[in-house]
Amino acid sequence: MSAFDDPFDPKTKLASQGCSCGRHSNQAEHQLDEDARIGRVVETTVMRALFPHDETRRNFIRAVGASTAFAAISTLFPMSAAKALAADRAPLEKPDLKIGFVPITCATPIIMAGPMGFYSREGLNVSLLKTAGWAIVRDKVMNKEYDASHMLSPMPLAISLGLGSQAQPVDVAAIENINGQAITMHIKHKDKLDPKQWKGLKFGIPFDYSIHNFLLRYFLAENGIDPDKDVELRIMAPPDMVANLRAGNIDGFLGPEPFNQRAVYEEVGYIHTLSRDIWDGHPCCAFGVSEGFAKTYPNTFAALFRAIASATEYAHKPENRSDIIKAIAPANYLNQPIPVLEQVMTGHFADGLGKVRNVPDRVDFDPFPWQSMAVWMLTQLKRWGYLKGEINYKQIAEEVFLATDARKRLKEMGLPAPASNYSKHTIMGKEFDPAKPEQYLKSFKISRA
Amino acid sequence: MAKSLTFRAYLLSVLIFGMVLLGWYLATLPQKTVATTQADAEYAALMGGGAVKKSGMPTPAEVGHTLREKLSDPFYDHGPNDKGIGIQLGYSLARVLAGFSLAALVAIPLGFLVGMSPIMHRALDPYIQLLKPISPLAWMPLALYTIKDSSASAIFVIFICSLWPMLINTAYGVAAVKRDWLNVAKTLEVSPLRKAFLVVLPAAAPTILTGMRISMGIAWLVIVAAEMLVGGTGIGYFVWNEWNNLSLTNVIFAVLMIGVVGMMLDMAFGWLSRLVAYND
Repeated sequence: MSAFDDPFDPKTKLASQGCSCGRHSNQAEHQLDEDARIGRVVETTVMRALFPHDETRRNFIRAVGASTAFAAISTLFPMSAAKALAADRAPLEKPDLKIGFVPITCATPIIMAGPMGFYSREGLNVSLLKTAGWAIVRDKVMNKEYDASHMLSPMPLAISLGLGSQAQPVDVAAIENINGQAITMHIKHKDKLDPKQWKGLKFGIPFDYSIHNFLLRYFLAENGIDPDKDVELRIMAPPDMVANLRAGNIDGFLGPEPFNQRAVYEEVGYIHTLSRDIWDGHPCCAFGVSEGFAKTYPNTFAALFRAIASATEYAHKPENRSDIIKAIAPANYLNQPIPVLEQVMTGHFADGLGKVRNVPDRVDFDPFPWQSMAVWMLTQLKRWGYLKGEINYKQIAEEVFLATDARKRLKEMGLPAPASNYSKHTIMGKEFDPAKPEQYLKSFKISRA
Repeated sequence: MAKSLTFRAYLLSVLIFGMVLLGWYLATLPQKTVATTQADAEYAALMGGGAVKKSGMPTPAEVGHTLREKLSDPFYDHGPNDKGIGIQLGYSLARVLAGFSLAALVAIPLGFLVGMSPIMHRALDPYIQLLKPISPLAWMPLALYTIKDSSASAIFVIFICSLWPMLINTAYGVAAVKRDWLNVAKTLEVSPLRKAFLVVLPAAAPTILTGMRISMGIAWLVIVAAEMLVGGTGIGYFVWNEWNNLSLTNVIFAVLMIGVVGMMLDMAFGWLSRLVAYND
C-alpha cells in the first residue's frame, strides 16, 4: 500500500505484499487458487452428471481409487478442455433465469438440465417453474415473467403471427423432443382398430396450436374422416384426458407422454398409434425465447443454448435414460410414477391390449429447429382455417425458427448439425417438399383452405 | 338438559364421522381382480403387477397415512415446484389477505358514501348490480392481460370478489342506523366526521363484519380456483399438481386442509363480530 492510502478504507490493505483477497501471500498464488476453484466446480459438475446418485459415485471411487477414476473419466470427458472453457467464458449478462415448463416428458432436456447440472456448468442459475397449462405459458412468456420456456412447437409461430393472442415475436431456439406422442383409445374401442370406424367419436387434444392437433387431424383426414365434421375435438389438459377417458367423456386422445402410458397403466385405454408411426421424427415441443432475449443477452443466450443442446444430446442416448428418469420423476418436476416413465423413455412398454412392444425411438431428442418443419406447421395452420390469406411461408419460418444460429452453435460444441435448414419430410407415406407449400396444401382432399 | 343436548350432538357427530369412514372403507375395499388371462409375466409387470397405484379412489388408511406424512413436515422446501403444505397454505393466505385488505380499503369507505348519501346510492347502484354477479374467475384473463403478472392477477381476482359483499353490507348497515341516533347527533351539532366515526361506525359495525365474513368465505373459495389456473405456488397449485399426477390421495388431503383453513378463517371473523355486537 502506498503511504497516502486511507487506512480507514476497508478495501485497502496495510500489508506490503499479498493478493487482492488478502488470504494469499501474493497475487500469483491467489490466481492459482482461483483456477483450482473453477476446476473443482467443473469436476463436481461432471461427476454429478455422471453419477446422479452420490452413493454410486462413492462406491465407484472406493472400488477403483481416485486417480484411476479421474483418468477413466478424463478419457470419456475432456475435463481439462472443459476447465479451460469454464475459466475464460464470456461474462453472462443475466445469470439468473426463470424458465417455465409443463410437466410432460417432452420437457425432459429443459428439466434434467437443472438437477443434472447442465445449467450450472454454463454458469447459469435457473429456476424451473412448473406451469399449469399452455395458455398460461403463452401469457407468462408474453408478460416476460419467464425468460425462456418450454412451448409446443407451433406456439411461437402462432404467437408471432398473432393467432389466439396479440402478435409478439417469439423465437424457437431449439426443438425439445421429437416423436413421443400417441393416439390412445378407450379400452371399450379395442375392436375399432380401423380408424375409418371412428366417425362420431370424441377426442382430446392439448391445445389448438399444437403438433398434437395437426397430427390427429392429419391422421383422421388420411383415413377419410373430416376432423371438423365427423368427430369432436376437445381441448383439455393431459391429466384430464386420462380422467375423461376413464369416465367415458372422450373416446380417445392424441396427447403427450407419460399420459398415454398412464392411461394404459390405469387400465382405461390402449395405445393405438405412436406419433412416430404418423411422422417419424416429427417435432413436438420447443424451447422458446421472446425475440429480444437473444439480442439483449447474447452470452446468456449462448450459454442457455449450450446447456439445452448438451442436455438434449445426453437425453438422445438410450443408455442415459434411466438416470434421467430418476432426475425428472420427483414431485418438483414431472411428479409421475417411475414405472410409467420407464416404459415411455425406454420404449419397452405394455400397449394396453396384452402385447409388450419394443420401440426404442418412441421418444427421442434432437435440438435442430428445421425451418421446413415450421413451413409444414404453417401449411397445417392454413389447411384447417386457423390462418387465412396469402402468407410467406419461408419468411415466417426463418424469422421464428433460429436454425442458422442453432447450426453455428451446435458446430462450435462439436455436435452434429445438418447442412441445410430445409429437408423433405415424409408423413404417412406422403412426401412434403418445403419448397412447394401451396402445392402440398392443394393436394389434400379434406381441407378448409 | 342443555348439557345433555350438547353431549348428544357430539355423540351424533362422532357417529356420522364413523359411518362416513365405514362407508368409505367399504367402498374402497380391494376388488377381486378378474383372473387375468395374461399369462405373460412381463406384460403384467409393466402394467404395475399388483403394485399399489395411487390414482384409484384411496382408502381411509391411505389418506390417514398421507395426512400424517405431510403434516409431520409441513414446511419443507424442495425447490420452486415442491414445497410443504404449510408453505403452500401460507402463500394462499397471503394472497387472500392482500386482496381482501385492498378490497376492505375500497369497499368500506365507498359503502359509507353509498349508505349515507341517497344520491350516490342511486348513481352507483346500477354498477354494483351489474358487476356483482360476475364470477371472479371471469376476470382472470382480463387481469392477466392488463396487469401482466400472474401473482398480482390472483390478488386482483380476490380483490374483485371480496369487494361486493363488503360494499353492499356496509352501505346497508350505514343506511340502517337508527334515525333517533342521527337526530341526537344533529341536535348536539356533532361534526360530520365525528358523526361517522362515533355514531355510524359502531352502529353499522356488526353488519360490516358480516359483509367481511362473507367476503372472506368467497375469497378462500376463489383463491383455490385462481391458483389452479395460474399455477406457481399456493394450495390451489398443490391441488393442480397432484391432479396432474392423478394422485387422488393427495387431492383429498389438500381438500381437507382447504376446509380446515376456511373454517378457521370463518371462526376468526365470527369471534370478531362478537366483539362488536351490541344490544339495543
